[in-house]
Amino acid sequence: MSLRSRSRFIAQLAFTVLVCLFLIVPVVLSVLAGLSQNFFIGIRSGLTLRWIVEVWSLYADTIFLSLGIALACLAVTLVLGVPIAYALARKPGRATRLIEELLVLPVAVPGLATALALILFYGEWRGFRGSWTFILVGHVLFTLPFMVRSVLAVMAAIDLATLEEAAASVGAGFVQRFLDVIIPNARGGILAGALMVVTLSVGEFNITWMLHTPLTKTIPVGLADSYASSRLEIGSAYTVVFFVMIVPLLIAMQWLSRDRKAPKMLVDEA
Amino acid sequence: MNRLTVMRRLDTRLLLLALPALVFFCAFWLLPMARLAQVAAGGPRGIAAYAAVITDANYFSSLVSTLLLSIAVTLVTLVIAGIAGLFLGRNTFFGKRVLVSMLTFPLAFPGVVVGFMVIMLAGRQGLIGSVTDTLFGYPLVFAYSMAGLFLGYLYFSIPRVILTVMAAVEKLDPALEEAARSLGASPWQVLRDVVIPGLKPALISAGAISFATSMGAFGTAFTLATNINVLPITIYTEFTNYANFSLAAALSLVLGMITWIALAIARTLAGSTVAAAA
Repeated sequence: MSLRSRSRFIAQLAFTVLVCLFLIVPVVLSVLAGLSQNFFIGIRSGLTLRWIVEVWSLYADTIFLSLGIALACLAVTLVLGVPIAYALARKPGRATRLIEELLVLPVAVPGLATALALILFYGEWRGFRGSWTFILVGHVLFTLPFMVRSVLAVMAAIDLATLEEAAASVGAGFVQRFLDVIIPNARGGILAGALMVVTLSVGEFNITWMLHTPLTKTIPVGLADSYASSRLEIGSAYTVVFFVMIVPLLIAMQWLSRDRKAPKMLVDEA
Repeated sequence: MNRLTVMRRLDTRLLLLALPALVFFCAFWLLPMARLAQVAAGGPRGIAAYAAVITDANYFSSLVSTLLLSIAVTLVTLVIAGIAGLFLGRNTFFGKRVLVSMLTFPLAFPGVVVGFMVIMLAGRQGLIGSVTDTLFGYPLVFAYSMAGLFLGYLYFSIPRVILTVMAAVEKLDPALEEAARSLGASPWQVLRDVVIPGLKPALISAGAISFATSMGAFGTAFTLATNINVLPITIYTEFTNYANFSLAAALSLVLGMITWIALAIARTLAGSTVAAAA
């Protein structure tokens, strides 16, 4: 390596490290704040789990609700998303593209608009409006396109018609073909979609903030609450709990995408 | 059974498989959106509510500042993430995997958490404030303003764009650059005439996503301050504080049109590859 290209390498490396620091330093700070007695004094004040314990007593219900909604959302997106992805993969054409475009609209349009629309349309149905299923509907709208696209990408790459013909020639009916041939062949896409759905559902705020009630608070809603009203240590400890929840999901996602390269999680919300 | 009957049976089956998702989508998105459009036109301003974002000075200033913010975020993100993504996509070195996983971690943060990260950096008890206080005796605090929001949207967009650029760099053909160099092109010319055009589809689609999220995002602004003059906050305030449903509906539809059009234009410009990215 010449001196010039070496110094160019070092300059670019330094720049990239700086960018990473910008992203990671606040994460480290919030972990420190969540685990130290008094953030203002710093680590010298001693490490403690008391803020985490306090978060648990204040916000445990949000954690359970978020997990419950994420799992329910996964179940619904699997039941709705895998069959429609198959239908779209078997019949590519203009109508198929239009349907794909339509399904992505709740992601392309700000969550605020979707949430307002849901409230104006279903707000009068008090039982539905006040229940967690109202939030679930919002999450399904937002995550369904990710499931469909992920499954569709895998299904489009395999020759479904030939696979099915082979299975049919040995006497397999459609249900059997779907369960024993198609789903196993698409499992990579289903798994990637599932991880994305759960991660996005656990972190969804834009729609959820509008749809929640005092009795149906998810983790991001609780986080917004604690940032606004609690001391910094509690907000930080709550954020640490959130980090701990998403790390396994991210590791699984990275592990899954290792052999498929392209990062899939591109659009979500702020 | 002749061929035509087989085809027809397949079609019916596919329709049945697609139906549950389509029914869900119509019941919970299309119909509510139609109602939203109806409510928007049914207020005291009538159909003119849609134009309020331009005719009313307050909403117009909110629109303009949101647009300027989103454009600035997009451009700065593309430059920063372009440099870092190009570097990471091109070089292998010790510690690269650690750097890349650091970049991946913030991808799953919702906007509220991004807002909190900005507070950690530039808030009242933040890092920047305490460093500037020690150095200059004056704490620099800018988290709770447009500048804080700008920092938050950079935080949100940079990792996404870096990963997109990295993936695109790996697909570039190194022979093209080799050819340009052997013809005597300087590193700068190679970058300008070979690399950047090659990355154009990825840059356009990543930029559009960054623009659309900055336009429509709500969580980060909500965490930092509820009086920042951006359109999502304006809509939220109209809806919850003033119960001005028709105006909130009209503004949110206009905002939705803007983000949808931005993404659609990017898809047309960048070719079909963006379809899979969004």
